[in-house]
Amino acid sequence: MAETSVKAPVRARPLSPHLGIYRPMLTMMMSIVHRITGGALYFGTLLLAWWLIAAATGPEAYGVFMDVATSWFGRLVLFGYTWALIHHLLGGIRHFVWDLGKGFELGTVEWMARLSLAGSIILTLIVWAVAYAMAGGL
Amino acid sequence: MADMRTPLSRVRGHGSAKSGTDHFWLQRLTAIANVPLVIFALASVVALVGADYATVKAYLSMPVVSILFLLLILSGVYHMRIGMKEIIEDYVNGEGMKLLSIIGNNFFAAVVGLACIYAVLKLGFGG
Repeated sequence: MAETSVKAPVRARPLSPHLGIYRPMLTMMMSIVHRITGGALYFGTLLLAWWLIAAATGPEAYGVFMDVATSWFGRLVLFGYTWALIHHLLGGIRHFVWDLGKGFELGTVEWMARLSLAGSIILTLIVWAVAYAMAGGL
Repeated sequence: MADMRTPLSRVRGHGSAKSGTDHFWLQRLTAIANVPLVIFALASVVALVGADYATVKAYLSMPVVSILFLLLILSGVYHMRIGMKEIIEDYVNGEGMKLLSIIGNNFFAAVVGLACIYAVLKLGFGG
């Protein structure tokens, strides 16, 4: 059989401009954060699985879960989880608008980004305020 | 320009990846389902803050609650599996590592999904 292997060209091939050359913009950061929160929620399902399995196992297993979940570190993780969930959900709703072929004007894109960022923070705080009220204070 | 595709391949519209735009559609479909289901799950968790084990168990064993959690798990796990596959395809460049990551993604989704479903069913059937 003839030798057909071809040497790779030595010269680096041109690359399209990537993140490094752009000034960070809100819409761009929201897009990146949508992906990051998606990735975080992916691993966050382990917490959902732990909660459900603990509840299905019995009072002792559930107690272990609750001890971890209500520790300061557990609360920090769950607070981040709540924000990631709401941010990703609101980001998803923006995507529904775009999927319908609407909301592509620069002004609209900008206020939708601001609204979903503000909404994610406000709703997260509301959820936690209600949760603390349910628990009867701190 | 000459089209090298067969008429059958054009009609099927699956392209070179053999799955067409199914993943795009399923990502939106599961996203739509996830909106109310996630709100329900979040509300459930908040409502159960400070509740004792018996209350949590009783709540999670109500049929309507079980069904909604099962729907959330199915839709959510499917959604996150597609999303992670997309992230892997964008950032993992080596062919071997990409394949391993995609296999891992599928296994993770299967294990988490099945574990959650099993737990919900066990609670629902009174275990």
